[in-house]
Amino acid sequence: MNAIAVASIGLFLFFLGYRFYSKYVAERVFKLDPNYVTPAHKLEDGVDFVPTNKFVLWGHHFTSVAGAAPILGPAIAVYWGWLPAFIWVVFGTIFAAGVHDFGTLALSVRNKGQSVGTLANRLIGQRGKILFLFIILILVLMVNAVFAWVIANLFITFPASVLPVFIQIPLAVWIGYAVHKRSKNMLVPSLVALAVMYLTAILAAQIPILQIDVVSYFGGEEGAGLFGLGAVSTAFFVWIVILMVYVYIASTLPVWKLLQPRDFINSHQLIVGLAILYLGLLFTNPEITAPLTNATTDVSWFPLLFITIACGAISGFHGLVSSGTSSKQINKETDARFVGYAGAVGEGVLALISILAVVTLFPTAGAFRETYSSFAAASGGGLGNFILGASQLATGLLIPANIASTIVAVIVVSFAATSLDTSVRLMRYIISELGQEYNVPALTKAHVATSIAVVSSAALVLLPKGPNGFGSGGFLLWPLFGTANQLLAGISLLLISIWLKRLSRNYWITLVPMIFIIFMTLYAMIQQVFLQWSFWGDNTNWLLFIFGSIILVFALWIMVTAVSVLRDKTPKVLDTE
Amino acid sequence: MLEHMKKLLAYYEEVISLPHKREIALELRNEDDLFFLMLYSEMLGIPNPVYYYTLELYPYMIEQFHDWHLRMGMDKSPLSGIRCC
Repeated sequence: MNAIAVASIGLFLFFLGYRFYSKYVAERVFKLDPNYVTPAHKLEDGVDFVPTNKFVLWGHHFTSVAGAAPILGPAIAVYWGWLPAFIWVVFGTIFAAGVHDFGTLALSVRNKGQSVGTLANRLIGQRGKILFLFIILILVLMVNAVFAWVIANLFITFPASVLPVFIQIPLAVWIGYAVHKRSKNMLVPSLVALAVMYLTAILAAQIPILQIDVVSYFGGEEGAGLFGLGAVSTAFFVWIVILMVYVYIASTLPVWKLLQPRDFINSHQLIVGLAILYLGLLFTNPEITAPLTNATTDVSWFPLLFITIACGAISGFHGLVSSGTSSKQINKETDARFVGYAGAVGEGVLALISILAVVTLFPTAGAFRETYSSFAAASGGGLGNFILGASQLATGLLIPANIASTIVAVIVVSFAATSLDTSVRLMRYIISELGQEYNVPALTKAHVATSIAVVSSAALVLLPKGPNGFGSGGFLLWPLFGTANQLLAGISLLLISIWLKRLSRNYWITLVPMIFIIFMTLYAMIQQVFLQWSFWGDNTNWLLFIFGSIILVFALWIMVTAVSVLRDKTPKVLDTE
Repeated sequence: MLEHMKKLLAYYEEVISLPHKREIALELRNEDDLFFLMLYSEMLGIPNPVYYYTLELYPYMIEQFHDWHLRMGMDKSPLSGIRCC
């Protein structure tokens, strides 16, 4: 089947979803009022609460939620064939992610700009808050460990991408200095930095000496490395140590020095990446060679497909962004439709092109099945396949394949590194908050909390032997990531449903996706925790069994609370204006 | 055409600078809060030898002080020495 046709169908459905469904939700269900005084005006403080133009806010919201995750999930999920992944991305975005992101934004706007975390505390109480913190702690620990492995893996597979990625650091520090100290505008310096990075990528792709190939320094793939490890494992070790030192420094420096300027450069990369991919698709006009559906024996698509593609269809983290920052900046209540719903659609567009880049890569369906031979192979190689597929699309823009793959690898590593920076910083905040809750003042110190975050992440990566070899210990816990994230989305949808029911509105629009997503999450968890990882299961794993059981108990607890709160006729827990 | 391009670039720059502006404003606000604490520490029971001089700044800071206590979730001024509302 022709890939442009599939992309057109997907984009057209997204358009219909925005044009009609979001209009119905905005006007008939949320009943957005253009005259409502939003928290941005009511509590305006020039910092958190600032009325912002809806187009600017959409751009900011979209760049905050789009990153490596909407690329990674779909690139793995095509294992079950492209059609299930396509259907879930398109309809998941229209009926689940759209109302979830839009709903959390509208709910937060009507509740003084409070975040879903705070609103959930009011619903499930103080114990709920602590459990909430632990769940997010486990989530960010997994993100740290897996993204460190992903970056190390990409550095080993695409050694030409190392130099451009590292050159971004001094460039970012320079921009930080120019913007902060000398009040220069940031567009020109960040575009210059981007140009320098891509120029370095082009040079590194052509000149082998500029490719920092750590494996070859230890005698190639068969060579002997350090401490009795092979060359590849030693290279992993070296990269992970370098990355951990980097994130320690990055997450303790003031944000304007490194993280913010890096974000300016990376926000351009999102636009460049999307332009390369969609224009490349238009010019190469490729055929989809991967099978429509792929019968598998090891891992069933039901329910794992709905957990594997989280960002790109529906993700709990988006609710945190919607209600955490975007809701405090909404100028008019009616803007929530464009910012929230169209923000989710933007990410759906990224997930759609990720699917198409992978499924047009292989010359035949047989070649696809050979590469995607098992779920483990799909998980380990998904991102690499996306980069190769994307660079094949970029050849349509007359960019040579080796340069295109280097540039796409640089884009993906930059996204992953931004997620790593942010999640180490987030982990530091959570450790500090737990220190405050349990009265351990030492944990509230920045360097103590950061050291715990970095050392525990490095230990998770390096100590256990993960399913993808040395250095992939983070993947041991990774099966829990999707479920914990979807649980978060379920809680947000539940909060919106309660709010709508109290207002006597049509709450089925959020209750149905909530039941769907919680059912899939519980199904996947029970199947994995009790039938696979338990001591009587086929694949006993104590670590996963214990963590999985904790999250499962939490999920069931939320369900019980949900039913009781939904049946409760007297509104006392969640008051809205 | 050129006008449209300029508008597009201005919009684009505003998008990428939005979170940055927030971070800078947050840092400045934290510095201001610390400065307030130093100026009016006497009211919290911390001796301040230059209290009489810092009091002269009071009329210039009353609005910011009002914003501060609202932000901290207090509808009325918590300090009996400062009556702003």
